[in-house]
Amino acid sequence: MEVPILKQGFYLIASIQSALTDADLSQLREALVARVGKFRARGVIVDVTALDVMDSFAVRTLRDLAHMTRLRGAETVIVGIQPEVAFAMVQLGLTLKGVATALDLEEGLVFLDRQVKARSDHV
Amino acid sequence: MSDELAIAIASDVDVVSARQHGRELAAEVGFSAGDQTVIAAAISEIARNILNYARRGAITLRIVLDGDRSGIIIVASDQGPGIPDVPRAMQDGYSTSGGLGLGLPGARRLMDEFEVVSAPRQGTTVTMKKWKRKHG
Repeated sequence: MEVPILKQGFYLIASIQSALTDADLSQLREALVARVGKFRARGVIVDVTALDVMDSFAVRTLRDLAHMTRLRGAETVIVGIQPEVAFAMVQLGLTLKGVATALDLEEGLVFLDRQVKARSDHV
Repeated sequence: MSDELAIAIASDVDVVSARQHGRELAAEVGFSAGDQTVIAAAISEIARNILNYARRGAITLRIVLDGDRSGIIIVASDQGPGIPDVPRAMQDGYSTSGGLGLGLPGARRLMDEFEVVSAPRQGTTVTMKKWKRKHG
């Protein structure tokens, strides 16, 4: 199942709608890394609210996605990790270290606005 | 209760199917939403191990009743190359597939009972159980 990617201003928003296979997750990673260039995006939000499970493959793929988009100049934030999913992730030893997370879409947008502003203030 | 559900694992779609069936069965037993997710995550890890190391195998899900407690038993079996060093494979971060090396040790942390039987060229069988907590 392909994940729809919306463009909103300088941001790309990928909203996962259902459980994803490994191939779906890899495809999402490729699509977002490519579209950061196509749309000149500054930020990416991946909404995982609907993900049933975050296992080691999902975490590795999302972490790679975040690092790859950062190399392309866009910050990624993962939003919507459910409490029970977070619990299982920690038990598994999965932490998403080095990747920004936020409670929900709204908080994710606030985070990106702050990141983008901090970057442009630097220039 | 003798109803048993066997799911063939041969592609990444089967991994999703196995963990979804596991979650449904866990809900049937009366596990909390949190425990259902924990069980689904453990199934996801060991089902992916089958794909990565043996290419194909099966996951069997069963409800267990033992006296006044109930739970779920999950058996993952394959006829793959087997694990030459099981204690080492149970260590965090040890992987021969390029993964994170959290599959087996991670799944063990999620479950109450965990057993790996494997020998080179004789395949691998992972048996794991989770018991429902009596209160809550």
